[in-house]
Amino acid sequence: MEKRATFSSTTIGILFALPMLVLIFVFFYWPSGQALFWAFTLEQPWGGGNRWVGFQNFQQLLSDPVYWNSISRSMIFGLGSTAIAMGMALILALFTDRELRGHGAYRSIFVWPYAIAAPALGLAFRFILAPEAGLLSLINQVWPGIWNPALDGNDAMIAVIIAFSWKYIGYNFIFFLSALQSIPRSLIEAAAMDGSGPARRMWDIQLPLLTPTLFFLLVINITESFQDSFGIVDIMTQGGPARATELMVYKIYFDGFKGLDYSGAAAQSIILMVLVILLTFVQFRFIERRVHYK
Amino acid sequence: MVERTPIFNAICQFILLVGLIVALLPFAIVIIASTHDIRAVNIVPMPLTPGSHFLDNVREAWHRADLGHKLFNSILFATAVAFGKVALSSMAAFAIVYFRFPGRSILFWAIFLTLMLPLEVRIVPTYAVAANALAPFQAILNVTGINWLIHAVSGIEVNLQWGLLNSYPGLILPMVATATGTFLYRQFYLTVPDELAEASKMDGSGPIRFFWDILLPLSRPNMIALFTIMFVWAWNQYLWPLLVTTDPSFGIAVTQLKTLIPSEFGLPDWNVAMAGTLVIMAPPLILVIFMQRWFVRGLISTEK
Amino acid sequence: MASIAIRGVRKAYAKNAVVHGVDLDIASREFIVILGPSGCGKSTLLRMVAGLEEISGGEIAIDGRVVNNLEPRERGCAMVFQNYALYPHMTVAENIGYALKVAGVPKDERRRRVEATAKIVGLEAYLDRRPAALSGGQRQRVAMGRAIVREPKVFLFDEPLSNLDAKLRVAMRAEIRRLHRRLGATSIFVTHDQVEAMTLGDRLVVMNGGRIEQVGSPAEVYNRPASRFVASFVGSPAMNLMEGTIDRHGVFVYDAERQIPIPATLDARLVGHKVALGVRAEAARLVEPGTAGSIPATVDFVEELGAGRVVHTDLDGLSFAVSLSTPNVMPAGTPVGIAIDPRDVHLFSIETGLRIEFAAGIAAPANSN
Repeated sequence: MEKRATFSSTTIGILFALPMLVLIFVFFYWPSGQALFWAFTLEQPWGGGNRWVGFQNFQQLLSDPVYWNSISRSMIFGLGSTAIAMGMALILALFTDRELRGHGAYRSIFVWPYAIAAPALGLAFRFILAPEAGLLSLINQVWPGIWNPALDGNDAMIAVIIAFSWKYIGYNFIFFLSALQSIPRSLIEAAAMDGSGPARRMWDIQLPLLTPTLFFLLVINITESFQDSFGIVDIMTQGGPARATELMVYKIYFDGFKGLDYSGAAAQSIILMVLVILLTFVQFRFIERRVHYK
Repeated sequence: MVERTPIFNAICQFILLVGLIVALLPFAIVIIASTHDIRAVNIVPMPLTPGSHFLDNVREAWHRADLGHKLFNSILFATAVAFGKVALSSMAAFAIVYFRFPGRSILFWAIFLTLMLPLEVRIVPTYAVAANALAPFQAILNVTGINWLIHAVSGIEVNLQWGLLNSYPGLILPMVATATGTFLYRQFYLTVPDELAEASKMDGSGPIRFFWDILLPLSRPNMIALFTIMFVWAWNQYLWPLLVTTDPSFGIAVTQLKTLIPSEFGLPDWNVAMAGTLVIMAPPLILVIFMQRWFVRGLISTEK
Repeated sequence: MASIAIRGVRKAYAKNAVVHGVDLDIASREFIVILGPSGCGKSTLLRMVAGLEEISGGEIAIDGRVVNNLEPRERGCAMVFQNYALYPHMTVAENIGYALKVAGVPKDERRRRVEATAKIVGLEAYLDRRPAALSGGQRQRVAMGRAIVREPKVFLFDEPLSNLDAKLRVAMRAEIRRLHRRLGATSIFVTHDQVEAMTLGDRLVVMNGGRIEQVGSPAEVYNRPASRFVASFVGSPAMNLMEGTIDRHGVFVYDAERQIPIPATLDARLVGHKVALGVRAEAARLVEPGTAGSIPATVDFVEELGAGRVVHTDLDGLSFAVSLSTPNVMPAGTPVGIAIDPRDVHLFSIETGLRIEFAAGIAAPANSN
């Protein structure tokens, strides 16, 4: 969409955009370029020369089972938490949209989890899911030793997935509910006149009309699971036990800042960037179809 | 609509209720745990009624995590980021929507590409830039030979240096440098009727006047929405503050959560940890509860 | 007050031309109405005068000064927009006074002038309200007030009444007339509503497809439409138009049983040519079927308008409307005769669509400019 009424002064226009441009140049484009440069060179952190090494960093990375472990862990984490967060949010939104008694309270309370900082809820869930105290410790009392995220990799993964999904139920709920409310009431009424009951309408009318939102959220959830997971992992498990929860961003952080392997971390960054860009491209295609700005 | 589906309604209500419990339970547990002493909090099963040690625990957490200072930093940081976002994105979107100059579409894409890559993904090089924010310009001077020229003419060696590690600008500026808000503003400007700009032109105002007198006042709801979202978002940032503020005097509250993790040895003092968590997570939660309408509306329009 | 001269003005978006060379002279203090269907370029022309659209070719002069490259604020025009374009966050007083504020008029004087303007448009009681708290008619007045307060040389109206309901529109029409008498500013008023055009304009400019079809007083445009387009666009119901040939007796022949006498002063060269003949519904009469000189038709349906009625008849597939002032019950299918006075007949060229003058000859356009 374009404006009909515009101003002709080029100088003023550029001046308005300048602060943003300078910031994104310094903190976005330059670092992204830098990452590319580092990924293809070997460099001593802070000083020393860079040596061009081509794809060597990538080769090293891709032949490293530890890196593949972080990719597969990220996928399990991303898909698991996305499925839980989206599924539950969808059901809650569909039911809240029916405007039964108390829907006003549901509508606001289901949003709350999204306001919590990932590391804060990480700490909260570390307590809730702790094996020796908190809430889940109860099952250890019934079946001793069945649950211990500090020692068992699977338990740890389950714990971080629960924490992350809990937050993103709130996020997905907002979008599902708003999409549901943008479905014209008359459509629902027409379906009711055609003789379909509420459950049937959800399946036949509302769900199909939600597909664009579903798809959009799927992509957003997966990208968020790459980035917003860092705080949760760092507080709850620190990537452990035995790298069971070492997600991609966590590994980048660990290799780059603890291990001081800049080139390796940069190469990992590039791979992650490519992944995210791919996902975003897919998303843009579908958003373009959904929002019709000419 | 007249509809009688009592069984289905009951199922819905039941599931919604379960959802409500799932959503509220963690809050409840954090609150309850923060009111007990160290012995009570470690009882299995955990007591479900509040104890009487809330203030003691908060005091202990406050002291251990230096929360007075850190909360102040957090407020400063989140306010500055939110304010910067509002200011910069309202301006950038104005340039994109209301001007026609060569290279405008490049500008548009340059800004919107930043939506693609969150900071976490490009964390390593961004950290390097923060060590010297002028490094990009220095590099440009070196590569283009301007530096050599200046040196030859004046004998001065240009060495641009502006370290941002352990500073407020270093904490804030990289957070502002993305397009989220610009997108929201662009969407809003596109809904402003063309006639308004034309009427103001007929009334004799130029672009700056129009921006200041008409557009900004009209965008107040957007401003509030964006401010709320960005405040919450900035408050909850973790990785970047963790990296950039190794000096405790610049640290923020959320990164202090790490100091609250109970030690592996001895009886874990979850009561203190939960009290600290409660204090640290409360400000954005309160903001969202009170600004829910703006928060939801803004969230939906930024992501579209 | 100011005169406006429009010379060969063209407007094109990319390769898409919407105004194809318009010439128009507007005298000082004149009230000009530009009338035309949507998309005819009338609003674009107005906006070029205002300075809201670039002029692709030709020039516009206000008071003898070419304004092509002047910004809107330098042209001395005020404009009333179709949707009023009131600033929603400002009160009525602030809306009216905004142009003065931009111009740096001191506060006291500003208040005085805003109050004086509010009095003229009858808004004294509403100065502290926001536009959202006003009715449609009141918003319209604010828009007018905003234009008046600057004491402009030229008033531009872009379909300002089209968002009002019918009753309010009539009232605002009268008010605009009165205001113009009082202020005497040169005015250009764009509309697609012919009643508005007829009642407001000193002169009408009828536009179609980016060109001027006719310029003239309302009576001229109604009585002597310069083209087939003007004939069909001005007047309600639309003028009846039928195509036929002129035979050697100077009679218009539609088909074997329908022939219409036309004035004898027609150019002899037209004999044997195909032309379009127009008759206004108001000029045709219904007579007993079979009456000498009448053309046979059957009643299709009757539109009851209260004060009068329009009988739509069928001429073997061609629809022909006749206005009646007397009540008359005629079921569909009733055979009737239509009588037409030769003096009420308009002829138009099939090729050019232009009016054929009875005294002058075939290609003489009636465009008085």
